[in-house]
Amino acid sequence: MSEKGVVKSGSNLERVLSAGHFAVTCECGPPKGADVEHLEKKIALVKGYVDAANVTDNQTAVVRMSSIAASSFLVKNGVEPVMQMVTRDRNRIAAQSDIFGAYALGIRNMLCLTGDHQTFGNHPKSKNVFDLDSLQLLDVVRTIRDQGVVNSGDPVQGGIKMFLGAAANPFADPFEFRVIRLAKKIDAGADFIQTQCIYDMPRFREFMRMACDMGLDKKCYILAGLTPLKSAGMAAYMNKNVSGITIPEEIIKRIRSVQKTEQAEEGIRLLLEQIEEVREIPGVAGVHIMAIEWEERVQEITQRAGLLPRPQL
Amino acid sequence: MIVADPKPFLQVKGYLEDFGKILVVGCGTCTTVCLSGGEAEVQILASGLRIAFGKEGRQKTILEDCIQRHCDLEFVTPILSRVEAEGVDAVVSLACGVGVNFLADRLGNVPIYPGLNTTFYGANAQQGLWTEMCAGCGSCIVAHTGGICPVARCSKHLLNGPCGGSEKGKCEVDPKNIECVWQLIYDRLKRLGRLDDLRNLLPPKDWSTASDGGVRRSAREQLYDVK
Repeated sequence: MSEKGVVKSGSNLERVLSAGHFAVTCECGPPKGADVEHLEKKIALVKGYVDAANVTDNQTAVVRMSSIAASSFLVKNGVEPVMQMVTRDRNRIAAQSDIFGAYALGIRNMLCLTGDHQTFGNHPKSKNVFDLDSLQLLDVVRTIRDQGVVNSGDPVQGGIKMFLGAAANPFADPFEFRVIRLAKKIDAGADFIQTQCIYDMPRFREFMRMACDMGLDKKCYILAGLTPLKSAGMAAYMNKNVSGITIPEEIIKRIRSVQKTEQAEEGIRLLLEQIEEVREIPGVAGVHIMAIEWEERVQEITQRAGLLPRPQL
Repeated sequence: MIVADPKPFLQVKGYLEDFGKILVVGCGTCTTVCLSGGEAEVQILASGLRIAFGKEGRQKTILEDCIQRHCDLEFVTPILSRVEAEGVDAVVSLACGVGVNFLADRLGNVPIYPGLNTTFYGANAQQGLWTEMCAGCGSCIVAHTGGICPVARCSKHLLNGPCGGSEKGKCEVDPKNIECVWQLIYDRLKRLGRLDDLRNLLPPKDWSTASDGGVRRSAREQLYDVK
C-alpha cells in the first residue's frame, strides 16, 4: 500500500506534492534519433515552468531515443524527469537493470506503463514482451525500493529511491472497473497517478467522486491529464483514432467555430478553462499538461493559468 | 484444436520447383476440421500444382495421401514406407507444424515442406471462423479469471485488468475483430458474483512452463521411464 506521508525518493515532484502545492508536469518527447540539440531545445522550453517533465518511452510504439538516456539529459539540464517505462519492450530482467541504471543517472521519478501495442507504431512486425504488466512493474520497483530485493528475492547492491507513478484512463471501459484498477495500482505501489487526457469532464468528475469515495485520493496524488487542441482537425483526428479518448462534439464544434488561424488560441483558452475546472475537483493534486510537440507553449500556458512561479523547495 | 491456414499457392509451388515426384499429405484431425489440410484440401493443392506445372510444360508426378494423424508414429509409419517405396523426391504436408516436424525427424534425406501456416489453439466460434483460446503457457491461470484466458486472448497478455485501449468491449488493436477479453472477464465475474477476485494483484507469471523455459516434454510415468 502506498503511503502519502513517507518520503519515497525526495524528488522535486514528490516534495511539491507532499507540501500540498498544486503540481504541474508536462511531456518532453525524445527525438526519433540521437539529436541531442533538439532534445535540449525542448528541455529549455519547459525549464522552470513545471515541477517535472515526463519523458516518454517509445510512445505509440515509434522508435525514439530511450527514455532513460533522454531523462538523463533532463537531469543534466536542470529539469526533473518522470521517466516513463513500458513493459512492451523489456522483460523483468531488462526492466530492473534499466531501473538501476536510471537511478544511477539521477532519475528519481518513474511512470510504470504497459505501453501502446506495437501494431500502432513503426515496427508492427516486431515481437512484444509484456513479461510484466504495468501493475506488476509497479510492484517490482516498489519491492526493490522498500525491501531491497529484486523480483527473484536476491538482495540489491545499492538501493534505489524512486517516486512511482502510474497512468489511469477514466475514459476506457469497463467504466466501473476503472476505479478498481486505480485502487489496484495504488496497492501495487503507485505514489502518484497521471490520467489520460480529459475532455469529457462529467465522466472525469464521476471517476474522481468514485476514487474519493474509496479514499484513494488520501493514498496517492492524482494529476489530471490535459492536452491542448491545436486545431479542429487535431480534435477530430484524436476523437476518431486514439482509443480511449472521446472528445465531446461541442468541443470539436467550439474549436471549429473560430477561424483556422485562431484555433490554436481557442484550444489554449479551452485548456485554461479545463485547468480551472480540475483544480476545483476534490482529490485532484495537480495537472499533467501533455502539449504534444508544443513545448514552446508550456510557458504561456502555465503563466496564463496562474501556475507560475513554481515552488522552489 | 490446432488451427492452421493455407500458405499462398505460389509460395508452396516455389518450394517444389526442383523436384519430380512430390507427395502431398493431408492430416485427418485438426487441419481437416479447420478446412485447411484434409483430404479435400490435398486434392485441391495437388490439382493446382499439376495445372500450374503443366502450364509451364513441366512434367511432375504429384501424389496424394491423407493420414488420420501426423503426430502419432502409428499413422506416420505408412507414409514413411510409401515415400521410400515409390521414390518420392519431396513431401508437402498439410498438417500443422507438429506434423511437419514429426515427419521431418523421420524422413531421412527426403525434404518436406509446409503447406500451411500453423496459427493457434482455437475453437470453431462460428461456421468458417476459428478464434484463439489458449496459448499453451503450461501454468493455467483461468481459475482467477472466470475460465477466460487473458494470456491467449488479451493482445498484451495482461493479467490485472484491461489497459486503456478497451472501448465498448473491443480491443484497440483491431476493434472490428478482437473482443477485449478483460471486458469478457469482467462481465463473467460479475455474473458469477465474483468481481472481488479482480481486486487481487496477480503476480508476474512464471513463464518457465511456457516455451520460454526451453523445449518442453510431457511424460506419463506409468508408460515412460522419466529420467
